[in-house]
Amino acid sequence: MAMAAVEFDALSLALSGGRSILSGIHLAVEQGSTTALLGRSGSGKTTLLRMVNAMAAPTSGEVRVMGKPVASQDCTSLRRGIGYVIQETGLFPHMTIGRNVGLPLEMAGQSKTQIATRVAELLPMVGLEGVSFARRYPWQLSGGQRQRVGLARALAADPPILLMDEPFGALDPVTRVEMQEMMASLIERLRKTVLLVTHDLEEALYLAQRVIFLEGGRVVADLPSNKVMPSSDPHVRQYIRAVRHNHRNHEEPAS
Amino acid sequence: MTGFLRAHGYEIARLTFEHLWLTFFAMLLATVIGLPLGIVLSRRPKLAKPIIGFANVLQTVPSLALFGLLLPVPWLGENAARLAILALTGYALLPILRNTYAGIRSIDPTLTDIATALGMTARQRLLKVELPLSASVILAGLRTATVTCVGVATIAAAIGAGGLGELIFRGVASVDNGLVLAGAVPAALLALLADAALGFLEKKLTVKRA
Ligand SMILES: Nc1ncnc2c1ncn2[C@@H]1O[C@H](COP(=O)(O)OP(=O)(O)OP(=O)(O)O)[C@@H](O)[C@H]1O
Ligand SMILES: [Mg+2]
Repeated sequence: MAMAAVEFDALSLALSGGRSILSGIHLAVEQGSTTALLGRSGSGKTTLLRMVNAMAAPTSGEVRVMGKPVASQDCTSLRRGIGYVIQETGLFPHMTIGRNVGLPLEMAGQSKTQIATRVAELLPMVGLEGVSFARRYPWQLSGGQRQRVGLARALAADPPILLMDEPFGALDPVTRVEMQEMMASLIERLRKTVLLVTHDLEEALYLAQRVIFLEGGRVVADLPSNKVMPSSDPHVRQYIRAVRHNHRNHEEPAS
Repeated sequence: MTGFLRAHGYEIARLTFEHLWLTFFAMLLATVIGLPLGIVLSRRPKLAKPIIGFANVLQTVPSLALFGLLLPVPWLGENAARLAILALTGYALLPILRNTYAGIRSIDPTLTDIATALGMTARQRLLKVELPLSASVILAGLRTATVTCVGVATIAAAIGAGGLGELIFRGVASVDNGLVLAGAVPAALLALLADAALGFLEKKLTVKRA
């Protein structure tokens, strides 16, 4: 097997009070694959994700990105090589959409024209057609459009790894599905290693080849997507039950 | 009126200039101290309380008393303008310090977090994100400080530092309301002008949130 893009090795995080946030995480994420991290609120998904770009640090164990320990790397250059998308989008309100998207390139020292060219290429890629988008400000966009901009920014420097923390969590169901479809085609095309945090099993199965279930800071199940629905693991069944529950009332005709 | 202006016009202009000069240097000094200090404190909120508290106390000392108290201080007392500028700096410090601190602290933590996650260095984050986002709040502090300075600078005449206060003090001493007004009106106009100009800038720098 090729070198793993991201590895978590005996990773644990305990707070100074002794409370354990993550414990004994052993995972290797294959290059070019999409992996979903599923778990309830507070199970440690965000914390685990943020260890990849050194936004959080373990108290023991190690994270390796492309084989190199995160702890031994320069944080800023590591982060510039990893795309990061969050639910709140994190667009800077004082910058135009174009400047927001081009920020990773601006920090890499690219020229204004280089950045403008790349931005003009990125916006249509995330479904924002039309030149005028680059000149607008975040407040002039809808939530769905802002989320697309956030994704474009994460892709700007063409990083091999993409971290996505509930990227579609705040969107209405129709926009959400639209975004998931766009994401699926982007993943297919760009061959990035994607770590996707989500609450939604259907989203995980639609986008990822592998689903990791977290509970109380531990990995309780780790399955290829096609083994999830047939699984009899009680942790996994909970999620399947939640999905079924949502569909039941509409799929069975009333007698 | 025209006769009065002919008699005092040159003096009013000279003292207005002096007044501006005192205010300008005090503001410069207060900004050079207050802005970086405010930035440092925003990184160390535990230190903020005592230091901003101290600036607050400085602010509450009556200006006439402060000028009087500083007069016997060795190096300071030798030069009236030097003393006046330093005392004015004390008054201008609090609004600048407090607003810089508050402006940076009030930035949505998601934005500073994402700035870091994008690989910005601390310096880039400050220049590209934190200062632009708090610019209008910082400017509001500069505006308050300038208006305070213009006002307090009239008291500087009491220790012989000049400025428009000189006309006011002389007018009061000689019960000449015309002279009092000749000092008070330009001082009020200066304050209003500074307030309007900086207020305009503040509006321009206000960031529209999504
Ligand atoms: N900086 C921190 N200091 C203290 N506790 C923290 C910190 N960050 C996270 N936690 C705790 O760690 C646990 C895991 O948090 P985390 O945000 O990783 O969960 P999550 O799975 O992403 O939840 P959600 O689905 O709500 O986003 C929570 O109990 C949280 O309270
Ligand atoms: Mg989370």
